[in-house]
Order: sequence, then C-alpha cells, then structure tokens
Amino acid sequence: MGKISLKQVVKKFGEVEVIPPLDLEIEDGEFVVFVGPSGCGKSTLLRLIAGLEDVSDGRIEIDGKDATDLAPAERRLAMVFQSYALYPHMTVRKNIAFPLKMAGVDHAEQERRIASAAKALNLTDYLDRRPGQLSGGQRQRVAIGRAIVREPAAFLFDEPLSNLDAALRVGMRLEITELHHRLATTMIYVTHDQVEAMTMADKIVVLRAGVVEQVGSPLELYRTPQNLFVAGFIGSPKMNFVTGKDAAAHDAHTIGVRPEHVKLSKDTGHWAGTVGVSEHLGSDTFVHVETEGGLGLMTVRVDGEMDVHHGDRVFLTPEEDKIHRFDEKGQRL
Amino acid sequence: MATQHSRAAARLMISPAVILLFLWMAVPLGMTIYFSFLNYNLLIPSAHNFIGLQNYDFFVTDPAFVTALVNTLVLVLGVLVITTVGGVLMALLLDRPMWGQGIVRILVIAPFFVMPTVSALVWKNMFMNPVNGIFAWVFHLLGIQPFDFLAQAPLFSIIMIVSWEWLPFAALILLTALQSLDSEQIEAAEMDGASAFSRFIYITVPHLTRSITVVILIQTIFLLSIFAEIYVTTNGGPGNASTNIPFMIYSQSLLQFDVGGGSAGGIIAVILANIVAIFLMRMIGKNLEA
Ligand SMILES: Nc1ncnc2c1ncn2[C@@H]1O[C@H](COP(=O)(O)OP(=O)(O)OP(=O)(O)O)[C@@H](O)[C@H]1O
Ligand SMILES: [Mg+2]
Repeated sequence: MGKISLKQVVKKFGEVEVIPPLDLEIEDGEFVVFVGPSGCGKSTLLRLIAGLEDVSDGRIEIDGKDATDLAPAERRLAMVFQSYALYPHMTVRKNIAFPLKMAGVDHAEQERRIASAAKALNLTDYLDRRPGQLSGGQRQRVAIGRAIVREPAAFLFDEPLSNLDAALRVGMRLEITELHHRLATTMIYVTHDQVEAMTMADKIVVLRAGVVEQVGSPLELYRTPQNLFVAGFIGSPKMNFVTGKDAAAHDAHTIGVRPEHVKLSKDTGHWAGTVGVSEHLGSDTFVHVETEGGLGLMTVRVDGEMDVHHGDRVFLTPEEDKIHRFDEKGQRL
Repeated sequence: MATQHSRAAARLMISPAVILLFLWMAVPLGMTIYFSFLNYNLLIPSAHNFIGLQNYDFFVTDPAFVTALVNTLVLVLGVLVITTVGGVLMALLLDRPMWGQGIVRILVIAPFFVMPTVSALVWKNMFMNPVNGIFAWVFHLLGIQPFDFLAQAPLFSIIMIVSWEWLPFAALILLTALQSLDSEQIEAAEMDGASAFSRFIYITVPHLTRSITVVILIQTIFLLSIFAEIYVTTNGGPGNASTNIPFMIYSQSLLQFDVGGGSAGGIIAVILANIVAIFLMRMIGKNLEA
C-alpha cells in the first residue's frame, strides 16, 4: 500500500516560497518521476513527502491517513539519497540491517531479509565490505538494499544515478525499473534527466519553480505538452519553436515541431537554410540548420545514412499533423 | 627536485634544523641519564661520584612514589573522562544553530588562553576559597557548612581545574568533527527509524571516534606533566594527597637540591609516559588508521 496525496502543500524557507500551493495524487504502485530544471524544488518536494522538512501549510496523506505531522520513520517510506548516505563505519551487512535493527526485527528474520535483498541486488559477495571499498554502482545498490529490506509503503529516490557514469546509469535504470515491476511498490523518483524520466516513469510530474506544469504519462507529455515549458523540456533534442507569420498561419502565437517531425530535403521545402553542425549518432543524425528569414537555429533528425555537410543549402518541411500550437501565454491551443 | 644534486642540496639545507632539533632532544636526555647515575647534590660540594642505580632505588622506594604514581594516573584519567564526555556534549550544544553563535564559541574557547598558573589562582581564590570563594557563598546560601575543596578533596579539585582548562580544546576539536558529519547520513538514519539517541550512538559517535582519539592522545601528553596547577593551589598536599610524578620530581630535586635524584625521577617519568603511550596506542591507535 502506498497511495500518497499532497493537498495544497506549501513550503517556505523564511520569506521565500519555494513551493506554492501544490496538489498531487500518487496512486499505489505507481512509478512517478519528478522532473524539472535545477532548483525547481524537486528535492524539496521529495523531502516534504519523506518528512525531512516540515510543510509550511497544507496536508500530506499516506494511504488516506494524515501524515503531515508524522516523523519520517513513522511514514513507512524509504529514501535513497543522491550521495547514497551509507554509514561508512558499518559493513554492507550492517548497513542493510540497520533499519531492521532499529525496528527491533529478530536476528533470524534480519538474516533472511538481508540474504534475499543481497541476492536480488547482486551484493552477496560484498556483504562484509565497508562502503569505502565499493564502486559507485555497488554503493548505489547497497543504498537500495537498505531501502528494500524495510518493505516500505513507497520508495523515494533523489537523483540516485547522477553520480554514475553513462553506461552504469543505463544499467541501474533498468535494474530499478525491474525492481519496480517485481515489488510493485510505489516509487517516487527525482531526476533532471528527461531520458530517465521518459524511460522509467508511469507518470511524469514536470515542475518549474515549484509549480506543477503538467502531469501525465511519458507519451502524453510527448504528444500533447500543455505549454511551451513542457514542450521544450520533454523530448531530446528539444522541440523547435517558430513565432511570427508561420505561427500566425496556424492561428497561433508560437508553433512547435519536434526534430523528428521535420523533413529535410536538398531541393525543395517550406523553410530554406544552411547546415551547421551535424551530430552523427550512427542510427540517426541531428542536423542543426541555420534557417533564413529570422527563424533561427532548427534541429532536424534525419537518417544516419543521409549525406549532409557543413555549409550545404537545404530545405525543411514540418509534418502538418505533428505541429503543436501555443498562444501568447505559452498555453497549448 | 629529483636530481642527485638537488637532493644533496636539500639535505644540506635542512641539516641545521635537524641537527639543532636532535641536539635539543638528545643532549638534555643524555645529560639527565648521566646525572641520574651520579651522587650529585648541590648542597654537598664533593666529587660527583658514580653510584649506579641508587638514585632510582631511592626514588622508587620513597613512600610518596606509589601515591604520586597513582595520583598521576587518576589525574590523567579523570581529566580525560571529563573533557571527552563533556567535550562531546558541549560540541553537540555548540553545533545547534543559535543566536550569537560566534561570540559563544569565542567564550567557550577562552579558558584555553588563560595561563595554567592564572586559572589555578582564579579557582583557588575566587571559587574554592572556603571563606571568600563563590562556592563557599553558595554553600552559605543553602545553609550548609562550606567545603574546603583544596584541603578536603585536593586531587578532585585539581582535576576540576585542569578539566576546565582542557574542556574547550576537546569541545572545539569535536565540534569541527561534528560539523564534518554528512547531514544526509543523519537523515538516512532518521528515515531508517533511528531515535535521536540511536542516531547519536550509531552514527555520531562512530564518526567522532577518530577525533576523540586525537583529543585523548594530545591531552595525555600534556596531562602527564601537570605541574603549575598543583604548585599554585595545594603544593602537593595535604601530605602528598595531590602530588603527582612531576611535582614529586620537583620536590625531590629542587627543594632538596638533589640533581641526581631528580634526574632519576625524570627518567622514570619518561618511562612512565612511554608505557602510557604504548598502552594508549594499543587501545585506541587503530582508530587513526584510515
Ligand atoms: N534549506 C534551505 N534554505 C533555503 N532555501 C533552500 C533550502 N533548500 C532549498 N532551498 C531553495 O529551494 C529551491 C529548490 O531547491 P531544491 O533542492 O528542491 O531544488 P532541486 O529541484 O532539487 O534542484 P537540483 O536539480 O539542482 O537538485 C532552490 O531555489 C533552493 O535555493
Ligand atoms: Mg535536488
């Protein structure tokens, strides 16, 4: 069980309102990702849910019960910190056993749960080492192990992969997603990496300056971003935005079209431009085109085999049915 | 810097300092050992003939010796316990965010800057004096017979005075250690269901062990040679109730002008310090390993 609802939650640090009144529902068993630029209040929101910070106003309910004033331990949530926060003087075994010891679980049961967590996380060979003798990925797994032995109502992750290298990050991403399928426990995951958000989430919460900009499944956010901010934030490379007469032709203040929804041709098209940098990824190539007529730089995704060079004159055509329209306030039309 | 030539130059350059330091240590030690085997008393201007281990025998069989030895250890141990336990508690208090933190921290460190003789005098005359002291006044207020600390509990009083001097040192070192504790670790423990007390025992104390070790080692070096506080307050008395080894050496050699006996006492003190050091390193030295 792990249904969490935030009702008109406000957080102020002194005079500064970091989180203006915010409502959010997290269903039992969901994998929810908080995503947003640095400093937008993702960690703060997570810490409010964890109980490590007091709310300035509003209510937090866990499984329908008011948890606003409960101590962190009483909320039955487990948190994995960005710095792992392992206890350096304890062995891996003792680290994982710590929450059980605090809960007064008997010794045999402790051993059983440690063994099963270690097996699930491939830590069996490292149980008698200290955290200082482990690699980053192993430490991360110990931190997760410490969280899962408690069998919490929900897991909270604060950018758990940001200290790992790219390859390891992909691996751990899969492991955490797999873990979620296996445990079917609610997970709240903070990241500023939109790829992590897109690949892992059942539901993404896009935050900006403490305000929820949009909540939805990854594909919902990709297909129907509610405003310019979400449109620009979700998707990689970023969506291209065009204002002016092209937008007016679509009855909008701004139109947006994703790089994968623009066709590039060497002889004819809607917008003309000159090829700048091309990023070859093998399967695809991202071509940055300096367009004529003051539309600025546009990014286009083309097939990896396509032959374009710096300085080539090319033409771009957006796919009509994939154009997103926004009004002056940046809201979707 | 790694050529043969530059290394030779470097050795040449630092040699004066090294030689000076070596002489500084070796000459007094050598002379002390030498004197300790002589019948050398300034009041007896005869030849300083070699008398073997007689000085040592005389010093060790002195009825005051065992008392002084025990007093030394009690003094060191008492002060260590008070300053480390008190230092941890004080550091925990100072680590709390509070108004006027900077000033409070300076006030706390202040006793460390007061010279031992001065602080001992302040304690003797201002606090512990059975007639005019503040403690006596408090006892009066409570309607109790004033307690003459320095006469009735001399060693305890000296432990109090020395602890007062060293508490800031311990508190300050432990405070810096406390501030280097990762707050996420404490938060993780909080989420793991540890009470404030468990967090202190399982997270904070292990984090502090290294600093506590340093505090204990440094203090022990200085506490073994406590002298001024005893000299100024009790003069080793009553009887020899507050005489420690350094004070005994002083009364043996300086008061009786016995250079040989005092030197023998000095060497015994060196041996004692080494025994204590070995003992300490065995017990807590492993905490210093990374
Ligand atoms: N203890 C604090 N006191 C005052 N302001 C704070 C405190 N903690 C966070 N803030 C402010 O709250 C805002 C949100 O911080 P938060 O740590 O939640 O950001 P974030 O979204 O997690 O960013 P990042 O992706 O960089 O981790 C920031 O502007 C930060 O300066
Ligand atoms: Mg953060």
